[in-house]
Amino acid sequence: MKFALKILKDFPAFLWSGWGAVASILLFIALWDSGNQVYGDLVLPSPLETFKTLHAMLNDANVIAEIKTTLYRASVGFGISLLFGTALGLLAGFFATASMMSRPIVTILVGMPPIAWIVLAMIWFGMGDETVIFTVIVASFPIIFVGALQGTRTLDGDLKEMAKSFGFPWHMKFLDVYFPHIFSYVFPAWVSALGMAWKIVIMAELLATSDGIGASLATARSQLDTPTALAIVTIMIGSLMFIEYIILEPIKREVELWRD
Amino acid sequence: MERLEVKGLNHSFGFTKILHDINFTLNKGEVLSIVGPSGGGKTTLLHLCADLLDVEEGSVKNTFLSTAFAFQEPRLLPWKNVIDNISLALIAKGEKKSEAIKKSQEIALRFGLEEDDFDKFPKDLSGGMKQRVSFARALVTKPSLLFLDEPFSALDIGLKKELQSVLIDMISKKELSVLFITHDLMEAIRLSDEMLLLKADPGHIVKKFKFDIVQNQRDDKYVYGKSAEILQDSEIINTFELELKS
Ligand SMILES: Nc1ncnc2c1ncn2[C@@H]1O[C@H](COP(=O)(O)OP(=O)(O)O)[C@@H](O)[C@H]1O
Ligand SMILES: [Mg+2]
Repeated sequence: MKFALKILKDFPAFLWSGWGAVASILLFIALWDSGNQVYGDLVLPSPLETFKTLHAMLNDANVIAEIKTTLYRASVGFGISLLFGTALGLLAGFFATASMMSRPIVTILVGMPPIAWIVLAMIWFGMGDETVIFTVIVASFPIIFVGALQGTRTLDGDLKEMAKSFGFPWHMKFLDVYFPHIFSYVFPAWVSALGMAWKIVIMAELLATSDGIGASLATARSQLDTPTALAIVTIMIGSLMFIEYIILEPIKREVELWRD
Repeated sequence: MERLEVKGLNHSFGFTKILHDINFTLNKGEVLSIVGPSGGGKTTLLHLCADLLDVEEGSVKNTFLSTAFAFQEPRLLPWKNVIDNISLALIAKGEKKSEAIKKSQEIALRFGLEEDDFDKFPKDLSGGMKQRVSFARALVTKPSLLFLDEPFSALDIGLKKELQSVLIDMISKKELSVLFITHDLMEAIRLSDEMLLLKADPGHIVKKFKFDIVQNQRDDKYVYGKSAEILQDSEIINTFELELKS
């Protein structure tokens, strides 16, 4: 609770520090607009037109429904990865044999391109929710798993010994010695897995479903509806930036205050 | 009577014998120091006594009611500020949080930390300040036996003297028994009632010395005089030979 308050208290200062980011976004939009003047509306619609389309889309119940579908798939996939990736990663980290055995599997999972997973998933599950959710899971699970594994593998033996010498009861060992260290590895892994999940969900939808934002993007492409395509891209990037900078970054700052 | 009794203690890491037939007794209110060259097995011996390592051969009997450990390095939790690091030792003993914080603040001041430092994380502390915190954490629980593993070795002279005098103060009041490990002969002479000389490969005790004057009356002259006297001893020269060469 105290912690949540601290995050809220530091929030205005954090926003103020975001002016640099705002400036660079504005610069980017200016470049975009000059691109529009050079290449014309069909290739690159102007920012204004894109934002108008975006506004219209956000007021359209159908579009909102598509966004909800995508959100649902991404959350289920990411949620499962979060739960199992963290739990299994921690477990594997505590046993030397398990962490050695899991390494090649992780290498395969990380090394396999998501597009290959999508193709396999389409064969296994057909066109629908399962394919998308499966792809999100295989793409984000290894990131979280590795984070949790690294967190437990790198626990400091000296600090464990210190805890033992002062007779810390088990709950203190966990909460005060192990948890903060592990969390400093797991949390950034969650953040990058979330970004990954959000990108993969669109890609999987584009190829394997007839609903969701990804499918809308596919439709826009086939109709050469560039403003809609760009508006969808804006939704994707905007939501990712919102989650990352407005929600996760302030938490990360507080959590990692003690780091160099 | 609280005491620490070590009998016929042997220890090996793999096939390397580190300690051979160690025997000593530490009674309540005493300071026993073990002096030997680096790599001689001192830390290993202390860990065996403090139950941080399992005893393989021989016995360690510890009847002291409470113990605490100050390590060679400060070993602070990097995600806890100064006061939280100290108070954890009390909280682990079941003390209430508010009470623990109050006591921690008192002892932090006594060890020369300032109120401005209380909220700092270890990354913002100097090496000396970290060692003060580590000391405060060990002593805040008022242990009856304190294990010290060369806690002064990384400190500058001024701070070393300062921390030693806090310790001498507690020793003189017979509040504290100490098992003190060091490679610094003068430090041992300044602080201990009894000093054991540990020779390496494998670590075994070659000599015992007793010092009768109470610690708070030992001045520099006494310490230098005793050191000079002890350094005449060929056994000592032998023991530290490696270090003198290197
Ligand atoms: N956990 C361990 N495993 C194997 N060898 C060790 C271990 N700890 C210490 N040693 C070895 O035991 C010897 C004594 O070490 P230590 O007790 O730390 O000496 P000191 O504290 O006197 O410098 C050293 O040669 C060291 O390499
Ligand atoms: Mg040592």
